[in-house]
Amino acid sequence: MAKLFTPAVVLIAALFAIAPVLIVGAPYESTMGLVQKIFYFHFPSWMAMFAAVFVSGVASVVFLATGRKGADALAVASAELVVVFGLIGLLTGPLWGIKAWGVWWSWDPRGTSALVLWLVFQSYLLLRRFGGPGSERLAAAVALFGMCNVPFVYWSVNLWRTLHPKTTVVSSLPVSMGLPLWLSTFAFLGLLLLLLSLRTRLETSRTRLDALYLALED
Amino acid sequence: MRKAIAFALLTLCLCLPIAAAAQSPSQPPKPAQDGFVPIDQLAPKEELPAAPLVMAAYVIAWLIPFVYVWSIWRRLDKVEAEIADVTRRIAAGPRR
Repeated sequence: MAKLFTPAVVLIAALFAIAPVLIVGAPYESTMGLVQKIFYFHFPSWMAMFAAVFVSGVASVVFLATGRKGADALAVASAELVVVFGLIGLLTGPLWGIKAWGVWWSWDPRGTSALVLWLVFQSYLLLRRFGGPGSERLAAAVALFGMCNVPFVYWSVNLWRTLHPKTTVVSSLPVSMGLPLWLSTFAFLGLLLLLLSLRTRLETSRTRLDALYLALED
Repeated sequence: MRKAIAFALLTLCLCLPIAAAAQSPSQPPKPAQDGFVPIDQLAPKEELPAAPLVMAAYVIAWLIPFVYVWSIWRRLDKVEAEIADVTRRIAAGPRR
């Protein structure tokens, strides 16, 4: 794993360097113009957030079923990344919205459900931080609840009336727009994996430190 | 014949404003929801207000991961220093 880390960093850095060049070269959208280019890092940040939600949810299920400490460490690490990538999505969305819709924030189904999902994982982290002993099992249930919300967030634009672009936008993109989008998405997913490995290392080190303190007391 | 011409003129008078209204861009186009249509050129006046927003979004997308990586390194350094300290204390044995 440690051997793969440096090549992975180089690859992700290269993807992040190429992405802006392709984004600048991509055509403008006919109704929104230049501001639509926010889409090329707004959408990937949500994809990275959804991936982190799934990792946290699945790791929480494994932890609840088996009690494995490694699964719990992965769940905490990915829950923190849900908050990080969700924050990028929540901040870049209004920057797009003010130009496209004329308002910074509208309580439309996509934005609201995404905010609720983000808050669910904020509550997960608060529970882990202040919940005391045994809170990890309760937090795992919160992560599972968060994971079940993802389909509603994703299809909210198709189910309810909203100003937000629908899911069909991505599948109907021409190659000139699709290429920068998917390259940027791969860059964000790669960044998620790198950050996940770093954050899991921190959590594993904390578990080791706890064990050492117990050994010192004995 | 006169009636027919009068009827045609009346119809034309009624239809013209409707056709003109349909052609005139009185309202800005609605932002795309079902699919994005690419165009090559952008009106120069439109580029200015959107550019700071795009730049701000780009800065956010870079800055947040950088700050997060810095915070992980800081926390990791602290925990590893503590591990080294506790390991040293365990190796030194119990105090008398």
